[in-house]
Amino acid sequence: MIKKKATVSIRECVACGCCMKVCPKNAITIPEGVYAEIDRTLCVGCGKCAKECPASIITLEEVTS
Amino acid sequence: MKQKKWYDYLWIASLAYLILGFFNILFAWLGLLCFFIPLIIAIVKGNKAYCNKYCGRGQLFSLVGGRFGLSRKKDIPKWMKSACFRYGFLAFFFAMFFLMLFNTYLVFAGTRSLRMTVTLLWTFRLPWHWAYHGTLFSDGTAQFAFGFYSVMLTSTVLGFLTMILFKPRSWCVYCPMGTMTQLICKAKKLPPNGKQS
Repeated sequence: MIKKKATVSIRECVACGCCMKVCPKNAITIPEGVYAEIDRTLCVGCGKCAKECPASIITLEEVTS
Repeated sequence: MKQKKWYDYLWIASLAYLILGFFNILFAWLGLLCFFIPLIIAIVKGNKAYCNKYCGRGQLFSLVGGRFGLSRKKDIPKWMKSACFRYGFLAFFFAMFFLMLFNTYLVFAGTRSLRMTVTLLWTFRLPWHWAYHGTLFSDGTAQFAFGFYSVMLTSTVLGFLTMILFKPRSWCVYCPMGTMTQLICKAKKLPPNGKQS
């Protein structure tokens, strides 16, 4: 089955935390203040973070499970 | 809907800060909190909790651009999120900040008299004399307040412009404090031999 998961371009991430705030599953953390990390086991691919990201560097990637 | 925490209301403090500066410029000194708190968190804790949770300005942009819809919600141009622009803007901001500190020093030293103006976008001098009612200390303390309020108002105006043109929190992409705290976190993440883990 194909599912969508959010992916962060860590090189471009500014670690602002906008994505973290909107994630309904609390799947996003910014542990060391450098870039956002998405827990793929929690991500449901809703795309809220991608829409919110001010730098538009979060994309939804299709993954097979 | 996520449960709201106390810090989700810090946008009120940011708004109050801007308003208070219209009545008494000396309130501008409070803005130093927005400078020192993120730096202390980044240095001590090694994270960007200030940006992530407590930044009232970011919340204000989210509210006005997001909930009130005053934003086109378009992607920010590529050059604006490039490292070159972000670090360049940080350097420029620093340079202007030190220039402001030097001007304050001149007033403290008595070489220059107090200028009761707020400089917007580093260029436009706005009269602001109504917000000054004297100080118990040197005129320099008021000069710093005028200078610091100029920095805060300029960044708010820039933030609002990019909020309207692009996404609500576009300011976060090139915010000098954000760039600086991220740099500190990057430096802290490096192991002692200097290689990225």
